[in-house]
Amino acid sequence: MNDPTPPPFFKTGLPPHLRFTIFVLLSAVLMLADARLTYLGALRQALAVFVNPLQHAVNAPVRLAGQVADFFVTHSRLRLENEELRQTRLRLSAQLLELEALRAENAHLRALLDARPRYGHTAQLAQILYAERDPFSRKIIIDRGSLHHVEAGQVVVDETGVVGQVTRAYPAVAEVTLITDKNQAVPVQNLRNGLRAVVFGSGQDGTLNVPFMPTNADLVPGDQLVTSGLDGIYPPGLPVATVVRVERNAAYPFARIACLPAAGVDRHRHVLVLRSTAPPPPRPPAEVARGKR
Amino acid sequence: MANADPRPSVLTRPPSSRFIVGSLLAALIANLLPGTGLAVLLWPDLVALVLLYWVIHAPRRVGFGSAWLLGLLMDIADGVLFGQHAFAYVITTYAAWRLHRRLQTFNLWQQALYVLGLLLLLDVSMLLVRLAFGAAFPGPLYFAGSATGALLWPLLSTLLALPQRKPVSPPYGTPSR
Repeated sequence: MNDPTPPPFFKTGLPPHLRFTIFVLLSAVLMLADARLTYLGALRQALAVFVNPLQHAVNAPVRLAGQVADFFVTHSRLRLENEELRQTRLRLSAQLLELEALRAENAHLRALLDARPRYGHTAQLAQILYAERDPFSRKIIIDRGSLHHVEAGQVVVDETGVVGQVTRAYPAVAEVTLITDKNQAVPVQNLRNGLRAVVFGSGQDGTLNVPFMPTNADLVPGDQLVTSGLDGIYPPGLPVATVVRVERNAAYPFARIACLPAAGVDRHRHVLVLRSTAPPPPRPPAEVARGKR
Repeated sequence: MANADPRPSVLTRPPSSRFIVGSLLAALIANLLPGTGLAVLLWPDLVALVLLYWVIHAPRRVGFGSAWLLGLLMDIADGVLFGQHAFAYVITTYAAWRLHRRLQTFNLWQQALYVLGLLLLLDVSMLLVRLAFGAAFPGPLYFAGSATGALLWPLLSTLLALPQRKPVSPPYGTPSR
């Protein structure tokens, strides 16, 4: 109607049906390549260079509003909080002293037993920029990226437990998949009896579940699940979840075990990104493993 | 409802390319606004809305290529499966392109009803893609954004039509220098 270009009589190009088919096929190829192969990282990075500054710009006023609100807290509340923090620090420093002693003792005992030393980790503070808008996944974006040595695979924790894992690192930001995401798995160990399991996110309502556990598995509500450290990615002993419900139905081969995450997965503004100081030993090649069996 | 339809009574001039690109960029920025909880669920996909507006009103300027490129940018911004938005936008653009002559004769609220259908098509195509790649159904509130989008359509259409209603040159009868 208000179209300035000449009618299709003069200039047509490809017919729309054909263009539609081409673009649908192109998208399908992209999706398959993204889901099944990992060739698209470079393309993603290149486009992210354009989009990420936009995201930062859009977030800036929101963050500014938060900072302004932070500035106007009352004096009494600050004093109260300060007092609380002082007490917490005192308590923690006492525990830290104990930890130092235990760590030295542990290293000594491991040396006596000729066992490998545990891998150390350094922590880096990061701020959560925003949660991703994808309703199908549970992901957050933090303000540290590959420029700050954040890499895909690193573990993200808060002061109470595991929050998630870095899945994509862009130059200035990184994407963290929360443990409540459906595709996120964490190898864990029951603190009570050492039973090993793998915790998956349910993807729905911020809960976790432990699939593929036999109905007679020794898990009861209230059990604390901590990382087992078996995968060489998660350091051992970090709290992951608490079992809240166990349904044992003999009609199904597996028990249905629901857990709640130990960390405030959806609550905090700051998280810690753990970076291992020593890489885990390389896996034995697959042929050797098969030959031994 | 007579003035709900801006078109037949008013002569319009073609939209400038700068305005089209600017409006799409603004929609992209508005889509990136951070939010939490219900606000995220109710927030409409403004890029899809503005894209639909231009596909309906300037089908030879904004077509599959623009839809696909915007889809890729949304995929990056949302960190989702690469090509998911691009796929859904291209499909919705095709449907809108098939309907654009009919839609131009409707008033804004009738258009909004069609736009609701188009936005639901967008949602369903993305849902099917994600289910095919192993995601879980996120719940019925997933479709809430489309309803807000359709409700927003009359306002958005009016706003996007405004720049085209200004006269191109001074009207006849004004003295020329």
